Amino acid sequence: MKQRQAATDVPEAQDIPSIIRPYGDTTGDAMVQMSFTLPVPAGRRAEIAALRLAGQMGLDPASVVHSKPMGPNFTFFIVYGKVNHLIDYAGIEVPAGREYPLLAAKEVDLAIRTVLNRRLVVVGACIGTDAHTVGIDAILNVKGFAGEKGLEYHREIQVINMGAQVTVAELVERAKAENADAVLVSQVVTQKNAHIHNTKQMAAAFHDAYPTAVGPGMGRPLLIAGGPRFDTVTEEELGVDRIFGKGTTPGEVAAYLVHALLPNWIPSEPS
Amino acid sequence: MTKLDLDPQVVRKARRLAERAAAPIIEMARTHTTVSVERAQLRLGGLSGADSDGLPWVNHLVDAVRDQVGLEHGVALPVWDALRNEPYDDLAGLARAAALGAVTFRIPKGSDADAAAELARRSAREGIGRVDRRRAERDTMLREVGDPAQPWIYLIVATGDIYEDIPQAQAAAREGADVVAVIRSTGQSLLDFVPEGATREGYAGTYATQENFRLMRSALDDVSKELGRYVRLTNYASGLCMPEIATLAGLERLDMMLNDCMYGIIFRDINPRRTFIDQRFSRQIHARAGIVINTGEDNYLTTADAVDAAHTVVVSQLLNERFGKEAGLTDRQLGLGHAFEINPAIPDSFRLELAHAQLVRELFPDAPLKYMPPTKHMTGNVFAGYLLDAFFNLAGIMTGQSIILIGMMTEGIHTPWLSDRDLALENVRYVREACGALAEDFVPRPDGFVVQRARQVLSESVDLMERICDDTLLTAIADGTFGVTRRPADGGKGLDGVIERADAYLNPVIDILDSEDPHAAAGGVPTPAGSARE
Repeated sequence: MKQRQAATDVPEAQDIPSIIRPYGDTTGDAMVQMSFTLPVPAGRRAEIAALRLAGQMGLDPASVVHSKPMGPNFTFFIVYGKVNHLIDYAGIEVPAGREYPLLAAKEVDLAIRTVLNRRLVVVGACIGTDAHTVGIDAILNVKGFAGEKGLEYHREIQVINMGAQVTVAELVERAKAENADAVLVSQVVTQKNAHIHNTKQMAAAFHDAYPTAVGPGMGRPLLIAGGPRFDTVTEEELGVDRIFGKGTTPGEVAAYLVHALLPNWIPSEPS
Repeated sequence: MTKLDLDPQVVRKARRLAERAAAPIIEMARTHTTVSVERAQLRLGGLSGADSDGLPWVNHLVDAVRDQVGLEHGVALPVWDALRNEPYDDLAGLARAAALGAVTFRIPKGSDADAAAELARRSAREGIGRVDRRRAERDTMLREVGDPAQPWIYLIVATGDIYEDIPQAQAAAREGADVVAVIRSTGQSLLDFVPEGATREGYAGTYATQENFRLMRSALDDVSKELGRYVRLTNYASGLCMPEIATLAGLERLDMMLNDCMYGIIFRDINPRRTFIDQRFSRQIHARAGIVINTGEDNYLTTADAVDAAHTVVVSQLLNERFGKEAGLTDRQLGLGHAFEINPAIPDSFRLELAHAQLVRELFPDAPLKYMPPTKHMTGNVFAGYLLDAFFNLAGIMTGQSIILIGMMTEGIHTPWLSDRDLALENVRYVREACGALAEDFVPRPDGFVVQRARQVLSESVDLMERICDDTLLTAIADGTFGVTRRPADGGKGLDGVIERADAYLNPVIDILDSEDPHAAAGGVPTPAGSARE
């Protein structure tokens, strides 16, 4: 399966140069653009500072194509330049794709019905001070996201959406009371790394609350964190089973639930 | 202004239905009180400050009264009765003692009740007088410093630290902002107390406190005088302490307050009854203080689809208008909200936006409409986002919106950088200058796409409003009509702070707000007797 995917996803090797540079309008021109602000008054001296920065970033030659004062003490710059870096593209391993197949809604329900023989219970919440329920609602509410219905839509999934500003203790208590198969938390607010801190705290609390658990679905719920800014951390660092990023659709989450909680399910061949 | 040729009968019907849907809610608000309404009365009476743990004295005092004699009679009688009988000079002294359990409260009877009521009335009159004087102060500044032309440019600051917010707000004003909103810390809406003092730590925003209000208003007064135009200050009268925050806004001359009739219910899971009761009091205070409210319909479109749910925005606006007017707000105080949130990938999305924006403009011709920029379809492609924001600005100018919130091309990536704000202002300045009075020339073709779409949304709004009238508004909210979120009438946070009023309930602040024209005092504010103590 993976081989077939690799064969279709990656074009013929001879089409791609093995060493690459950025492309402006000519192969190998290595042109990039960037914008930034310096905390100094606009003027020739500020421009020299901007060019020094560009130089230290490896842009040579660089040119300031736009500079604009923003109040008396700040200047905004747009800089173009040629980078001197080379990227060994051939040395980059093709990253693994999604490790599970997407499933139609009917297929998800069938899997749960067949393997579990009861409804799969999902408890979701925005934890900590975060009041932005956009993400969790997009995944859980019937309304869904990107044209896909949310998990509530599934006949075989029981959704408990606790909403915003739920404490970790409340979440753990509810998950236990409902015998949750999976717990979804959404974190949007990133100020002072609140999303990382909150999620770690949540994961730790669940691991404490289910001390004898062997793994997700084996003595404890599957722990899923979602949010737009989790791209700097790994599942292991947070203590969760899975992180979903920006643009995740309910269908991807539903398919993951089947993959992680019902590993013995074999989807029927598409007819 | 009837570019859409809306059927006046249909519009009248929509308003009649809104009135019917709102009636039972208003009746509930008139017969109940909440812990925060009672605390607001004490704040108007001049009680401020908090214990060493930060719990305000108004909370201590109201809790103590509640524990001993309940709140169904209101705090006025037991509190001012205790002030008469106990050796405390003022509310602060009484509250400190009550916090230690050293005060015995009672519901006074007969001449004791009359005497306590008289003291409470005097305190309420003084408090309302302070709000009236702040309003007069604003009117004077608007005359002397100058009132900017609409559309007003509305910018947000949100650092969490009031002392960082101040220079950012002043910089924003110098760059062209007519309205500065200080976003609140996200945790605040669910706090059942108002924090005290100047604050320097918040999550994605800065706590709303009386001192923060005062500091920011004073800084904006300075920059207003420097620029020769009055820069308005906005905050949020929402959450569990809505009545108190509204009161503090009136006392510190804030100019606009976010105050939606259903936002807290739907997006913060605050109990529906608590919200509606708190809201009526808040709006009465806003009316009296000359504050423009901003409603939150834009939020529905962040969870629901902006095309499918367009009519829920109109329904909510009609309800907000009805609740607002009943509480004494004028059309010019109704900053009804809506947003540019249609998926740009669908065909004719800009025409649909124009239809929705023009519909709202014509349904509420005298309201200072607040138009919100795209957030849901800002993808991280800052270049495409900048273009979408320009189209938003264009729609705002073409349809004569009054308050335009400035969209950031980095929406959804991070809180705005200095350069994001500067580029955003450059965007809106260009559109505003380039278009001039383009709204005059924008006349949709009779029976064309825009006109038809506007009529369709209006007719769907009337249908929905009819269903709400049949089912009651509380049921509609419980069924997930707004923002696709279900909120049952007895669910959510804060229901335990709702109390049915007894026959002998006394709240002299509400008596004044219920019986007087909130705008009579504006312009020629009488100095109330005995106000020397301010």
